[in-house]
Amino acid sequence: MPSHPNVIDPAFTGEVQRESEQNLALCYQCGNCTAGCPVSFAYDYTVNQIMRLVQAGRKREALSSHAIWLCASCETCTTRCPNDIDVARVMDALRHMARREDMVSEKAVGAFWKSFLDSVEKHGRVYELGLMAAYAGRTGRMFTDVDLAPMALRKGKLGLKAHDIEKIAEIRGIFDRYREQQQ
Amino acid sequence: MSPRYAYYPGCSGLGSSLEYDTSTRAMCESLGVELVDIPDWNCCGSTPAHAVDHLLSACLAGRNLEIADGMAEERKLDGIITPCPSCLKNLKTTQRSLSDPEFRRKVEQVLGKPLRAGLPIKSVLQVVVEDLGVEALGRLVKTPLAGMRVVPYYGCIMVRPPRLMRFDDPENPMALDNLLRELGAEVLPFALKTDCCGAALGTVRKDVVARLSGRILDAAVEAGADAIVTACPLCQMNLDMRRPQINRANRSRHNLPVFYYSQLAGLASGQGEAATMMDKLCVSPRLLLNSLAQHTGERA
Amino acid sequence: MNIGVFVCHCGSNIAGTVDTEAVAKAALEYREVVFATDAMYACSEPGQAGIVEAIGTYALDGVVVASCTPRMHEATFRRTLERAGLNRYMFEMANIREHVSWVGKDKAANTRKAAELVHMAVEKLRRNERLQAGEFDIAKRVMVIGGGVAGIQAALDCADGGLEVVLVEREPSIGGKMSKLDKTFPTVDCSSCILGPKMVDVAQHPNITLYALSEVDSVDGFVGNFNVTVRRKAAYVDWDACTGCGECAAKCPSKKTPDRFNEFIGLTTAINIPFPQAIPKKASINANACIKLTKGKCGACAKVCPTGAIRFDQKDELVTEKVGAIIAATGYDLFDFTKYGEYGGGRYPDVITAMQYERLLSASGPTEGHIRRPSDGAEPRDIVFIQCVGSRDKSIGRPYCTGFCCMYTAKQTILTKDHMPDSQSYVFYMDIRSPGKNYDEFTRRAMEEYGAKYIRGRVSAIQPKNGRYLVKGADTLLGRQVEIEADLVVLAVGAEAARGAGELAEKLRISYDPYGFFLEGHPKLKPVETNTAGVYLAGSCQGPKDIPSSVAQGGAAAAKALSLLSKDKLASDPQVSGVKLARCIGCGKCESVCPFGAIEMIEFRGMPKASIIETVCQGCGVCTAACPQGAAQLRHFTDNQILAEVNALCL
Repeated sequence: MPSHPNVIDPAFTGEVQRESEQNLALCYQCGNCTAGCPVSFAYDYTVNQIMRLVQAGRKREALSSHAIWLCASCETCTTRCPNDIDVARVMDALRHMARREDMVSEKAVGAFWKSFLDSVEKHGRVYELGLMAAYAGRTGRMFTDVDLAPMALRKGKLGLKAHDIEKIAEIRGIFDRYREQQQ
Repeated sequence: MSPRYAYYPGCSGLGSSLEYDTSTRAMCESLGVELVDIPDWNCCGSTPAHAVDHLLSACLAGRNLEIADGMAEERKLDGIITPCPSCLKNLKTTQRSLSDPEFRRKVEQVLGKPLRAGLPIKSVLQVVVEDLGVEALGRLVKTPLAGMRVVPYYGCIMVRPPRLMRFDDPENPMALDNLLRELGAEVLPFALKTDCCGAALGTVRKDVVARLSGRILDAAVEAGADAIVTACPLCQMNLDMRRPQINRANRSRHNLPVFYYSQLAGLASGQGEAATMMDKLCVSPRLLLNSLAQHTGERA
Repeated sequence: MNIGVFVCHCGSNIAGTVDTEAVAKAALEYREVVFATDAMYACSEPGQAGIVEAIGTYALDGVVVASCTPRMHEATFRRTLERAGLNRYMFEMANIREHVSWVGKDKAANTRKAAELVHMAVEKLRRNERLQAGEFDIAKRVMVIGGGVAGIQAALDCADGGLEVVLVEREPSIGGKMSKLDKTFPTVDCSSCILGPKMVDVAQHPNITLYALSEVDSVDGFVGNFNVTVRRKAAYVDWDACTGCGECAAKCPSKKTPDRFNEFIGLTTAINIPFPQAIPKKASINANACIKLTKGKCGACAKVCPTGAIRFDQKDELVTEKVGAIIAATGYDLFDFTKYGEYGGGRYPDVITAMQYERLLSASGPTEGHIRRPSDGAEPRDIVFIQCVGSRDKSIGRPYCTGFCCMYTAKQTILTKDHMPDSQSYVFYMDIRSPGKNYDEFTRRAMEEYGAKYIRGRVSAIQPKNGRYLVKGADTLLGRQVEIEADLVVLAVGAEAARGAGELAEKLRISYDPYGFFLEGHPKLKPVETNTAGVYLAGSCQGPKDIPSSVAQGGAAAAKALSLLSKDKLASDPQVSGVKLARCIGCGKCESVCPFGAIEMIEFRGMPKASIIETVCQGCGVCTAACPQGAAQLRHFTDNQILAEVNALCL
């Protein structure tokens, strides 16, 4: 997606604020979140830059960033923020918005999350083998973790059959009604 | 009266962390903690659900809370416990966000049921350390883990974010340290005890896990540890099952095993290697367990 | 009674949301009001002239001004009345700014409320009496609490001005934080070389009595006549006999005593003189470390003392000093960085505070000025300085900027390079705050000439690694993470209120902020006064300050005390309690509740009666509330006056 770096959407800051229930104005750009972020090396923007993009109303850059999808939700930023901002929650909110606006940049991560939730919808629990197959199919990454399969199978760590829950209809009802609410 | 909890095993307990689930159940039984499985429990949604949408996440976790609510009175439950920090965080986040009436209304609409979510939610580790005390575990020890040098690895979210988890020191937790010491192990100081292993990025971004888990392994070796001890299925899987990937990426040859603390608790209280499912570990603890047995034999 | 009412606009402060003209018009309807008008600025010269003129023209014998808080201008208008020949107590103020225009936006409602407040003031004024102030004698002595550089300056200035000074210091020596510093910014001159002479002056000044190792126990009395009880803590040494020769410390076998003066880097003896330039230069015993005092055996010091000054049975002693004014100069304490678990919470020996680093730099410190790592005594090469540890951090309840850490950190990088030319300093900072004279140039010099590498970002964590420390920070200008392996990490810990500051404030009856810093009388116009007459502030007890500001405040507080005590007598406030003997049943309740001891029971015609000591009474009114008979009445605030106000509002 082409980015328009100078397009500013002043309403964006407020939207993130509402969705995350965090006051973005509290951030004074000290960089503690970046300093402690374990995945920062793989980001396109550092965490404090993401916060700055939100403060500056740069919606497109924030939502189409790779960083928000690579965040491991480890909560280090939230724990150490000197202004008590729940930064991880802001990252969550940005992911939700990116998905709604169809701006997910890390397709693989998006696909993995999707496969995971499909598995939950289908079985009520995560069926690890099915999940891997679905993910591989969706991304074309046929050999993902295939190196681990023999060991995982030998150790019985990759169940060959799904453990469907009894009242699977309840789970499907949850997903159905959730989708209705989203419309 | 012995404590009785609704037990939420989490999906990994059925597959990739069967040994954690099994040894946790055994540990609880020997401690006199009664576990009542939440009947027909479903996946809490884990990272994908909260990363995709808070409402969906809360509904998936909420169904389990609702089932536990339903039996709380009849079974006289003291709360809900789970061995998995990720499930714990989802269940606790859901409980917290239900305090917003508007959000609660939405969740109840999707669930099609009212939700109380009043039971306290804790990790199994928290119950053992805070409610029972590590001494209770110590009293069960028959063969102390003498001579075993371990580093405790808590992972990110067992104690974080502190306002939600309300357990131990978020920067220097000591629960596992104290517990393992009680089992007779030599517990080494470990600066990376709450650093992230790469969490759920293992499948999609192996480079992230290789780097982060690699650092943890490097530090454990530098500390002089014989083994890493965890309390999180995802951490254990990254450090253990993904070891070949990590070693390949980092050109390292780390071979130290990664235990669940509940496995070691079982071992120390004489449950044996089969019962504690030591064979499930991908990085073999064989050498270490042999030398432990020898050590114990010498002392006897 | 002819009453005049003046309704002030205060520019747009009041007139913006109150119809002042309507308020003046309404006031004309109130009883005995013969004149009412509004005025742009009642407190200005033309405003006051208008009041004086109206008093003459309308033969007013009472005035109500509806404007700001009495804290601001009551004294101003009372003087206006006096100039016009009226008694200063024939005046009432209605606060229609803080209580009306600044708190409400609805102009109609504001106007109504303002008119009601004026009505209340009029009804009270109708019952005012022409009170006359008396006079009382004062003690021309001042107590300075705290012997840091601010307190030293205040004590010397007062003493030079001819006042007797009692200087009370909690530690065994005066000198405070400054005496621990190696050098001072921005001139890099030796701290003890410039402070030392002042400390000696204190010791030698004929007007100064120094109580070291002493704390304020209790404070009674009021401006001009404070009685302060000081606890002189046991030093276990007779300081009159001690010559400061140091023989005792040389022979003391308890050599592993934590060294307070050296910030617990290094060890000292149980009996010691804290540092070579100490004033008073007297030995004292740390009772927790002394073998004789803890185990009953030893006494080595007593055997070697050439003057036989050791007193193992010495007890704390209480002395009471009568003073006319008090200057609080109790300074600050360092933030306890162990709250930062991510910086090791105190578990890492080579992660130290900036003050500990000062002691390493100081030639009189435990390493004699050689920079050495506490863990292994090795000379460090890579040193990381982290700023804002305990400053600007809401999450730990320290949102304020300490203000001087940027400067001392720059100084420490310069000294580090001077001491070890091959070393490299890194500074993690958020903003560089250096607004003083020659200050910014100084921080620039640290970078430009001394090669300190400044990195803009906070540090998330410090982790031990291979005998060094991995400092995990961010470079927000670059948008990258930064990891530096350091041999030594120095934390620029912020300032917090001195230990026990809140308790002292309670004793002095002064206010303090949520962080424990003492509150000045007015943030701009009364920076060294407090809201308690006769109590002044100097230095960091009011808020973190660097040395020049502390010295300036010490001097300013001394000037205030000198000006107060330059008079022979002070006017007493006639707004005090009085007892109507006919109504008093002598129950003594008022005597038991009076916080100032201003009530004594007397015998009148064979009956017990309460009697007010007018010079001691502070007019708090507790006795009037306690009196079951309504016999105790506070002048200017009698029950009748308060009821008249209530009636004006409610009837």
